[in-house]
Amino acid sequence: MVDVPYDARADAPPAEVPEVELYHPRSWWTQYVFSQDAKVIAIQYSLTASAIGLVALVLSWLMRLQLGFPGTFSFIDASQYLQFITMHGMIMVIYLLTALFLGGFGNYLIPLMVGARDMVFPYVNMLSYWIYLLAVLVLASTFFVPGGPTGAGWTLYPPQAVLSGTPGQDWGIVLMLVSLILFIIGFTMGGLNYVVTVLQARTRGMTLMRMPLTVWGIFTATVMALLAFPALFVASVMMLFDRLLGTSFFMPALVEMGQQMKYGGGSPILFQHLFWFFGHPEVYIVALPAFGIVSDLISTHARKNIFGYRMMVWAIVGIGALSFVVWAHHMYVSGMHPKFGFFFATTTLIIAIPTAIKVYNWVLTLWRGDIHLTVPMLFALGFIITFVNGGLTGLFLGNVVVDVPLSDTMFVVAHFHMVMGVAPIMVVLGAIYHWYPKVTGRMLDDWMGKFHFWVTFLGAYLIFFPMHYIGLLGVPRRYHDIGDTSFIPASTHTLNAFITVMALIVGFAQMVFLFNLVWSLFKGRPSGGNPWRATTLEWQTPETPPGHGNWGKELPVVYRWAYDYSVPGAAEDFIPQNQPRATPALQGAAP
Amino acid sequence: MVVALILLLVAVGSVLFHIYSPWWWTPIATNWSYIDHTISITFWITGAVFFAVIAFMAYCVFRFHHKEGRRAAYNPENKKLEWWLTIGTAVGVGAMLAPGLVVWHQFVTVPADATEIEVMGQQWQWSFRLPGKDGRMGTTNVRNISPENPMGLNRDDPNGQDDVVIESGDLHLPIGKPVKVLLRSLDVLHNFYVPEFRAKMDMVPGMVTYFWMTPIRTGTFDVLCAELCGVAHAQMRAKVIVQEVSEYHAWLETQKTFAELSGRKAVTKATYKSGGN
Repeated sequence: MVDVPYDARADAPPAEVPEVELYHPRSWWTQYVFSQDAKVIAIQYSLTASAIGLVALVLSWLMRLQLGFPGTFSFIDASQYLQFITMHGMIMVIYLLTALFLGGFGNYLIPLMVGARDMVFPYVNMLSYWIYLLAVLVLASTFFVPGGPTGAGWTLYPPQAVLSGTPGQDWGIVLMLVSLILFIIGFTMGGLNYVVTVLQARTRGMTLMRMPLTVWGIFTATVMALLAFPALFVASVMMLFDRLLGTSFFMPALVEMGQQMKYGGGSPILFQHLFWFFGHPEVYIVALPAFGIVSDLISTHARKNIFGYRMMVWAIVGIGALSFVVWAHHMYVSGMHPKFGFFFATTTLIIAIPTAIKVYNWVLTLWRGDIHLTVPMLFALGFIITFVNGGLTGLFLGNVVVDVPLSDTMFVVAHFHMVMGVAPIMVVLGAIYHWYPKVTGRMLDDWMGKFHFWVTFLGAYLIFFPMHYIGLLGVPRRYHDIGDTSFIPASTHTLNAFITVMALIVGFAQMVFLFNLVWSLFKGRPSGGNPWRATTLEWQTPETPPGHGNWGKELPVVYRWAYDYSVPGAAEDFIPQNQPRATPALQGAAP
Repeated sequence: MVVALILLLVAVGSVLFHIYSPWWWTPIATNWSYIDHTISITFWITGAVFFAVIAFMAYCVFRFHHKEGRRAAYNPENKKLEWWLTIGTAVGVGAMLAPGLVVWHQFVTVPADATEIEVMGQQWQWSFRLPGKDGRMGTTNVRNISPENPMGLNRDDPNGQDDVVIESGDLHLPIGKPVKVLLRSLDVLHNFYVPEFRAKMDMVPGMVTYFWMTPIRTGTFDVLCAELCGVAHAQMRAKVIVQEVSEYHAWLETQKTFAELSGRKAVTKATYKSGGN
């Protein structure tokens, strides 16, 4: 053997584009407020989303108080109840989850995980946040305008949304649509950034198939969002015209409260197609980042490579693509042509296959792992349970004829809360416990974290699992009071009261979490740069929290995939992505 | 191992809750027991998968949780296992989808002998219309709607003159006869929902939607609105009374026709004599 010096960098393919000059802040304002640094923007996005999310949490308590103890709280009437459910749903789906996963986690993690110094268009990235903030403020302002926020349900179905039988017809619906339009403009600015950054700013050696699944999830979700949100955009603009200018895009000839209206020729079902063409991909826009992040949490905390990485990537991409041809499964009983049911039921159930593969691969990653039951791992396990539960009930609702009795009942409410409420929020919380040390340099308190996990997970499960059975019984959704019926046994009211109590308890646990976030900022145990001994690049930064430009003088070079945990023969049970291979002989162990 | 035990308890508890739940679907009142069977198949398959996945996960946590000196195995993928799992899942999905689509085909294929009836929703009440002795319903137009003509029938349509119009009353149906329920709305979306019927469909202003069913037991059933229709959505109620055929006809005899209601009986007869217009 000749002793030739081995040039590790030769392994690494060159980066797509050369480094560009960073924007350097010149004052306190441009560093912390009008910042163009993705990490600061990420924190701004996260704090704003959490703040409006707390409003949605309080709204959920008010709804549950009404449902659990109808008639007890005189300050909640039918109008307000509808306004609460509408604002709760809209905030949670769009202004909290979408903004948090893409604007929050996307901004923070994409540049760090792909080895970039920042997003590619930092100025546009900054604008994205400020327009998002404006959208949130417009949305929140509807609580204070005459007539209050719209009570049309988060789906905003016309003609109801723009007619006077629905609360918030004056200002609420108009401002809601304006806020959505602003959100989409802001999101598009951020979204283009995330996509271009992933495609163009990966560091040397970071091939697409070496990217952590977190980046794959956020990247695919962003591409989907860029394709799906325009449908909501045009629907919002058209409905705004119907409401303000008297056009009839979605308004047929109709009689409102005995009065002949001037509308004519429009189609309410057209709105539903546009809404769900956005709305169904939206479910996966929330789910795919969660899928990606949870894969990395499981792998890191089980000290084992994610099982079937390539299959996981293709499942993410496949789910993303399929999710654009399933939208009308929300419309089986909408009155659309009944033959559509055959097509959309088939596509919807096919999507279960790549989704199931992901679940199998998560639990197979645990098999023969070295499972550290840290708080992020607990949340990941909680995610698997709630996601499997919510995903399986999706097979009821996706299978057209089974959906007929269940649609518009509490079964649907239970299903989507389990699958796109509780499950992604489990991931959000797990991810916060996981990355908080990188963002702040301190660990979150473990005892409070475990308390938070068990109360949140078991409590949320006890809220939404029994709720399916209320729906199976036939109780419709969006009823502030079920009133007198012959088919609902009295025990249902007891169950509803129980669910309300659980909701209050779970809400309380979130206060403990908020306290933990603040307390640990000052008193938390210093974490060091890589407390979880993880492989991915964000843990290898020279400073923690990462400094301006992330990487010091030189960008990292990537030599391996993101999942070299417990590699046989290695001294440690993890090998960072930027660690060169010791000798060429060890090559080929992993893609 | 406490965590593994709790995870297993969640799976076991869910199954037990399902078995002992006092909250279950209402006793069925139409021919759509096929739908209930499809739901049962789906419960069996999804329940088995749910239990298997969670139990496996709980076992992994029990068996492989961190201990001093443990080191995880290194196995990036297992093509064979992944393919088998994919195929198994596809079979399971097919076992739910196939009966679902068969029953959907029945659901959207209205039998030729089904009687058409009409349900109309408006904020926030139900109206019903039954064909008269001619067995056919007259045409309608939303622009005809007025206090005297709440369902908007065309006054010139001879088929409509003997239609039975029930404004804010209860709907009566004969047992054992297939009915095609035509659904209309005057203002916003509504949804004609009787839990015991299983079938339901949105009512959309500007178009006529439908579903069909055959009532199989007599009784009085609550009608609810299942599509959010504004502030009094939860109070939009009526009743459907399924009766023996003879009782149904006795009831029908006492109902007023459109012509009687609109006080145009004489005119109608004249129109008939001249062979209509």
